[in-house]
Amino acid sequence: MVTIYVDNMPYQVREGQNLLVACLSLGFDIPHFCWHPALHSVGSCRLCAVKIFRDENDTRGRIFMSCMTPATEGVRISINDPEARHFRASVIEWLMLNHPHDCPVCDEGGECHLQDMTVMTGHVYRRTRKKKRTYSNQNLGPFINHEMNRCIQCYRCVRFYRDYAGGRDLDVFGVHSRVYFGRLEEGALENEFSGNLVEICPTGVFTDKTFKKRYTRKWDLQTAPSICVHCGLGCNTIAGERYGTLRRILNRYNGQVNGYFLCDRGRFGYDFLNSDRRVREPLAKTGQGSGSTALEPISADEALSRLVDIVQNSSRVIGIGSPRTPLEANFALRDLVGEENFSSGMAQAEQDLVSLIVHILREGPAPSASLRELESADAALILGEDLTNTAPMMALYLRQSVRRKPMAVVNELRIPGWLDAAVRGAVQGNKGPLFIAAPIAAGLDDVATETYHAAPDDIARLGFAVAHELDTQAPAVVDLPADRHALAVRIAAALREAERPVVVSGTSSMSPAVIQAAANVAWALHSRGRQVTLSFVAPECNSLGVALMEGRSLEDAIEMAERGQVDTVVTLENDLFARAPRDLVDRLRASCRNFVVIDHCLTGTAEVADLVLPAAAFAESQGTLVNNEGRAQRSYRVFPAPDPIGESRRWLSKAVMARARGRTEEWESFDDLVTRMRQALPVFQPVSNLAPSADARIVGRKIARQPHRCSGRTAMLANVSMREPPPPRDADSPLSFSMEGFQGISPPPLNPRYWAPGWNSAQSLNKFQEEIAGPLRGGDPGQRLIEPRDNGGREYFNAIPVAFSPSDDEWLILPSYHIFGSEELSALSPAIAERIPSAYVAIGEEDADLLGMSEGMLARVEIAGAAESLPARIVADLPRGVALLPKGLERLKGLAIPVRARIGKAVQAEKS
Amino acid sequence: MEKPLTGRMRLGEGPVDLDAYEKAGGYAALRKALLRMTPEELIQLVKDANLRGRGGAGFPAGVKWSSAPTGVDSPRPKYVVADADEMEPGTFKDRFLMEGDPHQLIEGVILTSYAIQAEIAYVFIRWEYTRARRLLEQTIAEAYRKNYAGSSILGTRYSLEVRLHVSAGRYIAGEASSMLNALEGGRAVPRPRDPLPTISGLWGKPTVTHNVETLCNVPHIVSNGAAWFKSLGRTQDAGTKIYGVSGKVKRPGAWELPMGVTVREILEEHAGGMRDGLTLRGFLPGGASTDFLTEQHLDTPMDFESIQKAGSRLGTGGIVALDDRTCPVGMAHNLITFFARESCGWCTPCREGLPWSAEILAALEKGEGSPGDLEILEDQCRLLGPGNTFCPLAPGAVEPLQSALKYFREDFERHIREKRCPWK
Amino acid sequence: MILTREEQRHSTLSEEVRSEMLAAVAACERKRGAALDVLLIAKRYYGWISDEMLRELAVILEMSPAELDSVATFYNQIYRKPIGRHVILVCDSVSCWIMGYDLVRVRLTARLGINLGQTTPDGRFTLLPIQCLGACDQAPAMMVDGELFVNLDATTIDEIIQRYP
Ligand SMILES: Cc1cc2nc3c(=O)[nH]c(=O)nc-3n(C[C@H](O)[C@H](O)[C@H](O)COP(=O)(O)O)c2cc1C
Ligand code: SF4
Ligand code: FES
Repeated sequence: MVTIYVDNMPYQVREGQNLLVACLSLGFDIPHFCWHPALHSVGSCRLCAVKIFRDENDTRGRIFMSCMTPATEGVRISINDPEARHFRASVIEWLMLNHPHDCPVCDEGGECHLQDMTVMTGHVYRRTRKKKRTYSNQNLGPFINHEMNRCIQCYRCVRFYRDYAGGRDLDVFGVHSRVYFGRLEEGALENEFSGNLVEICPTGVFTDKTFKKRYTRKWDLQTAPSICVHCGLGCNTIAGERYGTLRRILNRYNGQVNGYFLCDRGRFGYDFLNSDRRVREPLAKTGQGSGSTALEPISADEALSRLVDIVQNSSRVIGIGSPRTPLEANFALRDLVGEENFSSGMAQAEQDLVSLIVHILREGPAPSASLRELESADAALILGEDLTNTAPMMALYLRQSVRRKPMAVVNELRIPGWLDAAVRGAVQGNKGPLFIAAPIAAGLDDVATETYHAAPDDIARLGFAVAHELDTQAPAVVDLPADRHALAVRIAAALREAERPVVVSGTSSMSPAVIQAAANVAWALHSRGRQVTLSFVAPECNSLGVALMEGRSLEDAIEMAERGQVDTVVTLENDLFARAPRDLVDRLRASCRNFVVIDHCLTGTAEVADLVLPAAAFAESQGTLVNNEGRAQRSYRVFPAPDPIGESRRWLSKAVMARARGRTEEWESFDDLVTRMRQALPVFQPVSNLAPSADARIVGRKIARQPHRCSGRTAMLANVSMREPPPPRDADSPLSFSMEGFQGISPPPLNPRYWAPGWNSAQSLNKFQEEIAGPLRGGDPGQRLIEPRDNGGREYFNAIPVAFSPSDDEWLILPSYHIFGSEELSALSPAIAERIPSAYVAIGEEDADLLGMSEGMLARVEIAGAAESLPARIVADLPRGVALLPKGLERLKGLAIPVRARIGKAVQAEKS
Repeated sequence: MEKPLTGRMRLGEGPVDLDAYEKAGGYAALRKALLRMTPEELIQLVKDANLRGRGGAGFPAGVKWSSAPTGVDSPRPKYVVADADEMEPGTFKDRFLMEGDPHQLIEGVILTSYAIQAEIAYVFIRWEYTRARRLLEQTIAEAYRKNYAGSSILGTRYSLEVRLHVSAGRYIAGEASSMLNALEGGRAVPRPRDPLPTISGLWGKPTVTHNVETLCNVPHIVSNGAAWFKSLGRTQDAGTKIYGVSGKVKRPGAWELPMGVTVREILEEHAGGMRDGLTLRGFLPGGASTDFLTEQHLDTPMDFESIQKAGSRLGTGGIVALDDRTCPVGMAHNLITFFARESCGWCTPCREGLPWSAEILAALEKGEGSPGDLEILEDQCRLLGPGNTFCPLAPGAVEPLQSALKYFREDFERHIREKRCPWK
Repeated sequence: MILTREEQRHSTLSEEVRSEMLAAVAACERKRGAALDVLLIAKRYYGWISDEMLRELAVILEMSPAELDSVATFYNQIYRKPIGRHVILVCDSVSCWIMGYDLVRVRLTARLGINLGQTTPDGRFTLLPIQCLGACDQAPAMMVDGELFVNLDATTIDEIIQRYP
């Protein structure tokens, strides 16, 4: 710590950080543009100017950029110095020479960093007679709107997009006062993190195009803390609503999880909630049983009585839960049907993989890495994942991790780590060790030290070999080819050299051996005293959560139903057709009298149900999700779904009541349900510590979901009734659905938005952190449910698979993943839908030659008797004998991948 | 009067070729240094000679060299870059040197490289210097052929690769740190002041950059010693300097003269004074980015300290004369427009402040100036001062404007008062 | 030798050009370090850099086309739009301005019938302003296809134009 003097008052700050960070952490307001906590200092905007004085006797001082100046012992600065203030106001004046000042029609208005800084510096009067410069805008695709005239040339966009996220299609063009930030030509931004430009850009150049369609000022949005449901990472989000539609998703900082960023799937996938695929009222087959009659709307009362009827008249009910819905709903279902009859909703293969992950993380000794920890890994090995498409934010942070090792030179040269241009100048393009073994080239390949493209069995074998190189106790792979062995030696050497290596794997390859190999590597590193972490990709937002409930697999449940002991199946927020082959689901459907589906979207499964109960989707329901790390996190309602849509656990609570024949239920309230869940399943003990309970109050008040400037309340429903309806009550949380309530800095898990006096933009976050880029004040939300056992007595896995051998007439079909398309809910969002590739089959170059196929030619893919014809994609590195089908695309749902298939040229006739 | 830098050149005879260069003692310094001096001795010699940079800032060359890491474990490769991007309006000395005696530059480059034990040297030259480019290409090839460059130079253990890099235009690319970005194939945006290029420069490696004229002095210092070099200057600054004069003088041109000759001597004796019928109103002593001085400063010695004391900078030593028939407001406008166009666009004050100032000056010229404009201009000059912008381009840009506002204020006010340019 | 506009439109890199570029890339510490060398080689052969060519050059440099264009558009000697057979660069910096740049500009624009920044309709000349050419002692100055002309006046300008068919 060092003492610095700010306007003559002494403060203790950490040595070596820059003065802007130090002062913001102390709570001072220093205006800034180009500095960003994740992108650091470049000194281009010149707005953060302060006076620095040599000593007490120096009265003149000199202007310095606080972001470019280290906090050293005894440094004396003034923020309030008149000359410094004049300079800062002048910076705004310069920027305003050309800024169009179109705030009233600008989407950024009301949450604009430029507006905030303008007010903060006090620049008010326009002295120029100059004409403003203008630019033409580009169509950047379905996510991002472009309005270049508003640009203030802070260079943040390219520094994020290009330098941080590795995007290569957005750049800065031109020179002097005509610099342009955009693409070489119009077209969708290719990088998976383009949505962050919305928050990175301090003004309205890059704004959310999906938000624009149903635009609302920030101050009119009702918002709540939410958790992304579009992959297994559990990024924290702020979801915003007005007039009963969900309008947008913003990043919610969590120092342990997503930090400052979100991926585009997470940011733009929300719109399924507003889609016409929503189930907005109960539906039922009017005919009895599984007859062919269509689903028709029924009243809520009718639906309820049918539900009660079914439950009361069933001797045995099977409940099929879901990895894409919170713990509480799953537990409610489990409570309804009983432990014996509860299925996790995952197919056997997937359940095995997820359970294996849980087992490995529990047995230890290597703990799982938090998402943000990946950034500080100094070596990484990825086995079997295309992270950019399966867990995008992991890819973003691993992309940063490759700078860790070369950063050593920066310390040697005594360059502060935050002096971005200097750091990049010294580090150059040098990268630390990152090895990727995956079937095809993955999104991170451009920063990888080495890549290895192979079938899962061979990937596993490489992993096992690496583990053996690190620790001879780990089983050896005896018949490994020399080149593969040499690669394993190189990987092992790099990992061994690292201090904080991470091993990444997951379920995407659908191979237990790959996951086991990853565990062996991590454990071997641990045995060598490395601070190694493991990071597994879990397929869905609550995969680990349901796995911890230890339900049956889907196949198991179906078998049970078929044995004839079951008269009712209740499926919770789960499209079984996406998980199991069609015939299996059909068999399940045929085996029971009543097939009830509770879901928010009309899935294929819902379409074949007898009774469909409309469920609230994520922003309309409260619940807890467990991410890939094993971290439980709470998501709150942004708005109550309109009747008769209900939270799944509400429908289930009614059913439980019916089963109990009217006795008041023990878990009417959310907190009671959590308590009951903790009792039944002790692993969930920490869940009640995630956030203050529903009866918590801050200075006697609930926390307001609406900002205090929320407008139009008396007018919003005036077309319906002149009387202003009372705001809906929220009995389940300490949050209110209104502008009444606490508006200050709330406990992090409950914080509905970032706003502080003078800070209307996303940059107000600095007021919510203990120190810049550090934990939130009050601690980062979430509790880890899985930690390695003390002195974990793990034994190395030793089931090493035999090498993959391609055959000439059968291909091993594996899934390929697409950030847009492979996840079912986001795929229903129109903006995302625009970016979903059409179905294809991918084969390697050698196989293409063998089959006489070329790019785009129709291929016939024959799996278990059924055939599809699909255009071929020829992928350079795909190994011989392996073919890929895109995961999740509507047309290819329900294939039990991995599977063997025949591939050949499609008959031409099909083309007509 | 000794003219080490230009002494070999003969008017109208074309460049000094290798033969002539060697006959006149060329490459003897290289031989001497490589065979008989350690790099440390060479650095000490240049320090003792008090050779200050001729590129504008006047930083002592020896001090710069000694800030580069030495020793076996220092990062490699190390680089030397000769800055031949000369684009400062009013400056043409480097072209003069390169077109007149290209081997002298190359010898200086090699010596400097030897001093810091660099492996690679670049000559960074602007595209428009087509003639100098051709000559240097040939010169470098000749140096290789004679083993003055390349591996095991003159049979020693020292090897050096010398490369010519042609830049693609932009004044800012001549600023030392921008030049490194340009050499790395990027946009020529400056780098932060810290770390020094001698610590982390080109490709993150230690790099010494010098102006062409600075480097040309090195062989002579090696040949003749520090004391000799110091004795060349008339004032405390050592050596000779190439001074240039442009504008409406009788004989515009460039001359090698002792450091510290007076402005009057340069303007009146060498440039022949103003053209008939014109009088001198002021002059930029060292290129477009230096403050105006006026006839009251004619007896100031043209060296670093004296010119600074007079309120300007020696800069490049390229004097631009302002006569009484040329509008000082127009001249300020031309200068600011130049700098606005050459701004790299990185930092706000320069990117926005210079075009605004240019716009105001244009309005004055068109007779559309209004009261308050001069105050805005003065404000801009202060705001764009040293430290406030990312690099020295903008502070340099406002030097002539701020001094024009001081010395020729009445001319500015007349533009506003009379709503026209009185010279048009 | 600069190709005609029609030729430019259809040109892709010849083997000769490509190998010259590859040599420049090979001589550099990192591929992208040769960006300006490669752009200037392309300029030497083709005069300007079309989008198509930019893409080809980007491949050679292992850069994205946007990254390369970011560099290309920074420098004023890299042309991203078609140019005439001859490029006239007129110095408009201070010494030339004092010595009669305005007259030079007026003469040129009148003779060529175009303004600064434009190309004659017959594709013969492109007229561009340039910063100080380092010929201040012989101002006013201009450069045509890399050849320097100094001490310009109306007659010399007319003469020079004649020399470039
Ligand atoms: C905007 C700007 C442009 C410059 N252009 C040149 C140039 O063209 N040639 C040059 O030698 N120095 C130029 N300099 C000065 C260099 O930054 C640097 O000070 C000089 O090359 C160092 O060499 P020296 O120590 O030999 O003087 C420029 C500086 C600035 C701020
Ligand atoms: S002062 Fe700023 S904008 Fe101007 S050239 Fe320097 S860095 Fe670029
Ligand atoms: S924030 Fe410091 S210069 Fe931009």
